[in-house]
Amino acid sequence: MNKRDFMAPAISLALLIAAWEIAVRCFAIPPQILPAPSLILQTLVTDARLLFGSLLVTLRITFAALLIAIVVGTALAVLFAASRFAERALFPLAVIFQVTPIIAIAPLLLIYLEPATAVLACAALVAFFPILSNTALGLASSDRQLRDLFALYGAGWWNTLLHLRLPAALPYFLGGLRIAGGLALIGAIVGEIAAGSGGAGSGLAWRIMEAGHRVNIPRMYAALILIAFAGLAIFALLSWLQHRALRSWHTSAMAAE
Amino acid sequence: MKARRAKAAAAKKASTAQSAPLAELRNIGKTFESGVTALRDVSFPIRRGEFLSLLGASGCGKTSLLRIIAGLLEPDTGSVHWQSGRRPRETGFVFQEPALMPWADISTNVRLPLRLLGIDGQTAELRVRESLASVGLEKFSSAYPHELSGGMKMRASLARALIVKPKLLLMDEPFAALDEISRFKLNDELLALWQQLDCTVVFVTHSVFEAAYLSTRTLVMSQRPGTIAEEISFLPATGRFDPQYRTSASFAARARKLSEALERAQ
Repeated sequence: MNKRDFMAPAISLALLIAAWEIAVRCFAIPPQILPAPSLILQTLVTDARLLFGSLLVTLRITFAALLIAIVVGTALAVLFAASRFAERALFPLAVIFQVTPIIAIAPLLLIYLEPATAVLACAALVAFFPILSNTALGLASSDRQLRDLFALYGAGWWNTLLHLRLPAALPYFLGGLRIAGGLALIGAIVGEIAAGSGGAGSGLAWRIMEAGHRVNIPRMYAALILIAFAGLAIFALLSWLQHRALRSWHTSAMAAE
Repeated sequence: MKARRAKAAAAKKASTAQSAPLAELRNIGKTFESGVTALRDVSFPIRRGEFLSLLGASGCGKTSLLRIIAGLLEPDTGSVHWQSGRRPRETGFVFQEPALMPWADISTNVRLPLRLLGIDGQTAELRVRESLASVGLEKFSSAYPHELSGGMKMRASLARALIVKPKLLLMDEPFAALDEISRFKLNDELLALWQQLDCTVVFVTHSVFEAAYLSTRTLVMSQRPGTIAEEISFLPATGRFDPQYRTSASFAARARKLSEALERAQ
């Protein structure tokens, strides 16, 4: 990306914030209704310990969930590659979990599990599907002629998996991971909200609800902005990872000639 | 030098002609799940040291036949009888596309068969270098496939097939996607390698000119179901490496003979 790519979004964002600040001041909108950006920034600073502590809690859940999603998603994809029967038997279940909104499943999870575990389960549950479906697609997409070559020289299933199918699935997996990162954060937030004050949590979503009860609107905004930035950062990190891993060989990561 | 090579090759062919064939295909038949009968009652020997072309239009089952010879596809009827009891371990396969692993550099790609056969270390290192040199890619060992032209990728694919020091080289329209200049060049290099290596080649093609130029024996195939319609043998042309050969009357006569046979087979 060059400087120009950053210019357009930076300008539009700056204009939006400026307009917001001016509007709040001109129309003297009270902070309980719409706090000015400057006030939100000030809240971020004064409540820094509280808010960044909560951010850390949410991020920890998000990354733990992502890790679980990677392990479970990849393992299931390999299982599907090994057995058509396993794929037919289990894939519909995965789809059912995917299409049922997590907010509807969360209350049940909270009954069966400790609140902290339930939040983690929510996040992992929404994050694992893109990893599973993408990796499964990738494992099935290795070059047929290369598969013939592996068979010609007597390579077994494991060897073919390790040296052909897994590397061929890597771009698909990384594409799924980038989606899963954002979903894990959404899942963590949803889980926290569902757990509510009953939860032992002190994540960002919990902060938003708490601040809402106290009508501390600036803090709600401050927490919201932190969540948005966390989501952006996760996306950027995983995009960078994808580019890093594929830049030497995959079309998606190579510069146009 | 070239004349001597051609003569030596001719002598080699003469001495091997009488020995038992490398393999015998007997009554091979294959029908796919879609109901298409790809092959019916195909029988022929593969003779040691020959350059055998399977010539036919697209969809006549040439590729299926090659995969059956390689043991990658099970025929529904008939079987392949290897003189030694099984297909030689040293079999090279060159596909229609280069089929290189995009994530690995050229030397890793070329080394793949050795790795799968459990040969590594110094021996493998040396053979990668030899094999790359034999196709003129020694400078590109650490390049990635996407950095090479179509012709160079095909060379890498050929180097990968040669690294096992093949006794049998199976080729599935390997140069069909190349431009004519690259194709002619690779045809010549393939012939030179075949003569050096003392291997048997089974070469699938739909090009009358390629079959006429390369092969010592051509099996002309009919379509749907694929069967062997005619067999045409040529002695290796002595003037084959002469740049004028491709426009000579003797080459034209060979091409016409194959072309007419292909016409009859349709």
